[in-house]
Amino acid sequence: MPARDSGAQLNRRTLGQRLRAYLHHHRLTLLRGFTQLGQHPLATFMTVAVIGIALALPAGALVLVNNARGLSAGWQGTARLSLFLKTSVSDAAVQQLAEQVRAHAGVASVQVISAQQSLADFQQRSGFNDTLSLLGNNPLPAVLVIQPTPEASTPAAARALAQSFAALPQVDQVRMDVQWLKRLQAILALLHRGVLSVAVLLAIAVVLIVGNTIRLEIENRRAEIEVSKLLGATDRFIRRPFLYHGAWYGVTGGVLAWILVLIGLALMGGPVGRLASLYSSHFSLSGLGVDGVLDLLVSGIVLGWLGSWLAVARHLRAIEPT
Amino acid sequence: MIQFSEVSKRYHGGNEALANVSFSVEHGEMVFLTGPSGAGKSTLLKLLALIERPSRGQIIVNGQNLAGIRRRRIPHYRRQVGVVFQDHKLLHDRPVFDNVALPLTISGVPYNEIPRRVGAALELVGLLHKERALPVQLSTGEQQRVGIARAVISRPPILIADEPTGNLDPELSYEVMHLFQRLNQVGITVLVASHDHNLIRRLGERFISLRAGHLVPPELSGDTHAGA
Ligand SMILES: Nc1ncnc2c1ncn2[C@@H]1O[C@H](COP(=O)(O)OP(=O)(O)OP(=O)(O)O)[C@@H](O)[C@H]1O
Ligand SMILES: [Mg+2]
Repeated sequence: MPARDSGAQLNRRTLGQRLRAYLHHHRLTLLRGFTQLGQHPLATFMTVAVIGIALALPAGALVLVNNARGLSAGWQGTARLSLFLKTSVSDAAVQQLAEQVRAHAGVASVQVISAQQSLADFQQRSGFNDTLSLLGNNPLPAVLVIQPTPEASTPAAARALAQSFAALPQVDQVRMDVQWLKRLQAILALLHRGVLSVAVLLAIAVVLIVGNTIRLEIENRRAEIEVSKLLGATDRFIRRPFLYHGAWYGVTGGVLAWILVLIGLALMGGPVGRLASLYSSHFSLSGLGVDGVLDLLVSGIVLGWLGSWLAVARHLRAIEPT
Repeated sequence: MIQFSEVSKRYHGGNEALANVSFSVEHGEMVFLTGPSGAGKSTLLKLLALIERPSRGQIIVNGQNLAGIRRRRIPHYRRQVGVVFQDHKLLHDRPVFDNVALPLTISGVPYNEIPRRVGAALELVGLLHKERALPVQLSTGEQQRVGIARAVISRPPILIADEPTGNLDPELSYEVMHLFQRLNQVGITVLVASHDHNLIRRLGERFISLRAGHLVPPELSGDTHAGA
């Protein structure tokens, strides 16, 4: 038989007991939220798939852009200068100039490509064999390819080096190979920006998807919500399972996104490896990393939570017992 | 315990469902609320459960003026008032145990206390053996008793019921009403809406009559137990 001492009973409960009951309920709600994912497998799968894809696209793109950035940062150290000499400079003078340049403080090494060699290379690569032989004399200049020392490889130092060589009378033109690298890096920075903007849009999409899924669920559990309110449930109590459910969608979508990125990288690993070997480089794609995976899961949780928050804020208040 | 002073309720675009109703129910009393269909019985109970607000007048329950209870405080107020519905309002996807335990979960009762209290409440209504059953596996009368167990498990000082025997045969109706009497005997103030005059006479409790939103004066309702 229920006793009359409800008020006293309530007060006699210690804070610790209440806290434990509260935490227990949180745990229970959290677990129930997970089991609920399995109650409508197809609907759950579709929601999770959409979230997973929406998260995987920007995550994968960011991984690629970051790989490219890492690669191009590595190239920075190998910025090279090409000195195109005047065609009037004799072979002996070319060798002499090479010695002179090699003695320069900022220079690590000098490679001489004589005019004949340039021509041979060009003929071999272009297939314009006959046309060139028609010209009679070699139109191509000798080239000194200069590898600056690491200290002289910074953009500013390399530029200073280029200017001092351009002043030499034998030199026709100096080309800095960092120019294209800088452009590449600018393009990569732009791409990075672009991927981030797309990521923001997709994040909004995830919030809306979760919001809509939770809205349907609130509708399905209308009776339960009404009864709970009549029995004295606070808004927080009623909100909680939906928020947890949204977070579960988010984290599951995050895991799926992780798997999708892994699959994508595995598929690209082969071609990238072949490409790298063509450039006799040991480059291999790096993945999301621990930070990346954590970011993915946390954004999943946050976006799922946010989506259900929006749904709950909009729709729970409207459900009142009648 | 419950005090209505000149309470009126007019629904949006509707007639007055309650007009100038005043009465009081003492602590530990059991009172029936009767009247023909449309008299305003459900409306009166909804005002008590803060499902509706009065258009005019003052309601005081357990020392609290209901007009002073803001939306945020409504849940805490509702925990003091157990409600039994004609259609039970059980959650059909959960077993009897979970249904009865719901008010305890809602008010944050320590979970190790829950099984014992659910057991006690189910024993009270004679359904301890149905703990694991789903509501659909129970008869209407049994569902109603589960609803009553749920209404009293958190030991509310007040219990209200709207047509709790509406779907039951006379014998079951009597049993359910008798159950309310037993709850009343342990100190719960009980207010039950019903239009089953025979049953109410048989139970011999005080009753309040409504007709078209007005309180019927006791001398006209033709019963010595009646009062306002
Ligand atoms: N939500 C509402 N909106 C408008 N009018 C309403 C609403 N609820 C009830 N009414 C009206 O208020 C009056 C009283 O209704 P109420 O449900 O309180 O009667 P009752 O005594 O419970 O009747 P019954 O025995 O049929 O359940 C009726 O005229 C009804 O039409
Ligand atoms: Mg009614």
